[in-house]
Amino acid sequence: MTRMPSAMPARRTPKAGFDRVFRHASFGAALLVLVMLAGIMAAMVAGGWPALREFGPGFITSSVWDTQNEQYGAWPAIAGTLSTALIALMIGVPLSLGIAVYLTQLAPPWFRKPVSTAIELLAAVPSIIYGMWGLFVFVPLFAAYVQVPLSNLVEGMPVVGTILYARSPSGLGIFTAGIILAFMIIPFIASITRDMLEQIPSVLRESAYGIGATTWEVVRHVLVPQAGASIIGAIMLGLGRALGETMAVTFVVGNANRLSASILDPGSTIASRIANEFNEALGLQLNALIALGCILFFVTFVVLVIARLLVARVKRY
Amino acid sequence: MTLTTTPRDLPRQPWGRVRRSRRTADRLMRVTAAGFTLIAVFVLFWILGMLFVKGIGGLSLTTFTAITPGPGTEGGGLANAIVGSFVLTFLGIAIATPIGVLAGTWLAEYGRGSQLANLIRFINDILLSAPSILIGLFVYVILVEPFRGYSGWAGGVALGIIAIPVIVRTTEDMLNLVPGPLREACAALGAPPSVVITSVTWRAAKAGMVTGILLALARIAGETAPLLFTALNNNFWFSPSLVGGVSNLPVTIYQFASAPYENWQQLAWAGSLIITVSILVLSLVARRIVAGGK
Repeated sequence: MTRMPSAMPARRTPKAGFDRVFRHASFGAALLVLVMLAGIMAAMVAGGWPALREFGPGFITSSVWDTQNEQYGAWPAIAGTLSTALIALMIGVPLSLGIAVYLTQLAPPWFRKPVSTAIELLAAVPSIIYGMWGLFVFVPLFAAYVQVPLSNLVEGMPVVGTILYARSPSGLGIFTAGIILAFMIIPFIASITRDMLEQIPSVLRESAYGIGATTWEVVRHVLVPQAGASIIGAIMLGLGRALGETMAVTFVVGNANRLSASILDPGSTIASRIANEFNEALGLQLNALIALGCILFFVTFVVLVIARLLVARVKRY
Repeated sequence: MTLTTTPRDLPRQPWGRVRRSRRTADRLMRVTAAGFTLIAVFVLFWILGMLFVKGIGGLSLTTFTAITPGPGTEGGGLANAIVGSFVLTFLGIAIATPIGVLAGTWLAEYGRGSQLANLIRFINDILLSAPSILIGLFVYVILVEPFRGYSGWAGGVALGIIAIPVIVRTTEDMLNLVPGPLREACAALGAPPSVVITSVTWRAAKAGMVTGILLALARIAGETAPLLFTALNNNFWFSPSLVGGVSNLPVTIYQFASAPYENWQQLAWAGSLIITVSILVLSLVARRIVAGGK
């Protein structure tokens, strides 16, 4: 600002070159984001191709994972991924919505900040710490106080006896992984939902209170319909995270390669299978693991695209 | 009873005229929502408390001076893993910062409303929540397999790729908050766009951009999955060339936690405490900067 006007033309000429370089550099960096996504896509397909070509569509439907005979099927891992994510959503979504409602509608103002900071710190805890907490603290408690009594209770019952009976009540299993995942996705769903609820114009709430609605009725008939699409978007973002979460799941899921009808039995997810076997894998097994990654990539990609579209649609208004 | 739980900013309800079933539903919802919040906060303190209880015992001077022990070896520390983690994290941030800041700048300053900028912003948001294990596989395919070996460089690149979307996002958000007249005033003095951006817009948004970098640091410091396929781990000091495995805290914790040796498990707890405390401090500092900048 203290520059002499007469100095301007002299300074301008070298700056013009820098200006162009700067613009191209920043454009290049922005394009790199696209290149990265394309690169991940290409690398997954290329790395998994030998396995996908060898087994064809049977790769997805087969449930054999036999390293001796080089037969690989993805179904147990896919089923494990879907069921852990589903359990995580079933536990995590009600909790997150309750938290968002509490933070925006019920908590006294001075209490909101520390509580939302605490919930968000839950997101900053690294996944491997959840794994250790799960393995050493949660799993023994879960085995002793839930799995054993529950298995004794349902033993021999039709359907329930199959789904909830643990053959070896070690505490490890699909259901345990789902519970841990639920706590990992809560901060994401809760904080997005909270932001969405806060954006709703207060006139809408006030007019509902004005005609005598209770807080529950305001939440149910005003806030949820208003923010519905973006709440579903937030839930899908949580789903995206639950599908690809690796370390915590690897610790507690039990890493069994076979399929079990019981959700209390050990299983594996795509991510845990890759983390567990990758460093010992050679040849076709390596390709099969990357092909698993390829499947995970396309599933999470679709989920995340839908999530972002839903969240973005309401943000604009 | 119900009156005292009503937040002060809401009008008090004339409960006498509200039907009992509606009143019950309302009370049920209040209790459930508060209870759910309590559960989440409780789990956070449970995890932190457990880390302190189990981790403090493993912390001593040798934790920071001795290198990680081999299988069945007594004693040992985490020194090489801590240093290795620093190097990998720093490498990742050093790769991600220029790319992320420049890309965020392009989105906020040059691209703005263009179709391409919208697409890039969208893809960046997807990458932001993409599973980190896939980034690890990607770097394995492009850097580890072709060069026939795990390396610190591959680990740094993987962490960098995870950090880039975080930095792009925060940089763009922060630059968007800088008022337009500031840029116009600078441009009116005859400054070319690059000068407007580097000496006015960036300066105004500095605190926010630093926050983004800190958040990215916190995000990658505890990442384990991508390092399993790239930097791997070992029980030695890394060679300065960073070729071959580089020992690091997260993978050490992963390997030590599930091993049957008692001193390994103890070190895994100590490592978890160190890493979690550093990450929580980083994220709290980042939040403080944002709060102070406003």
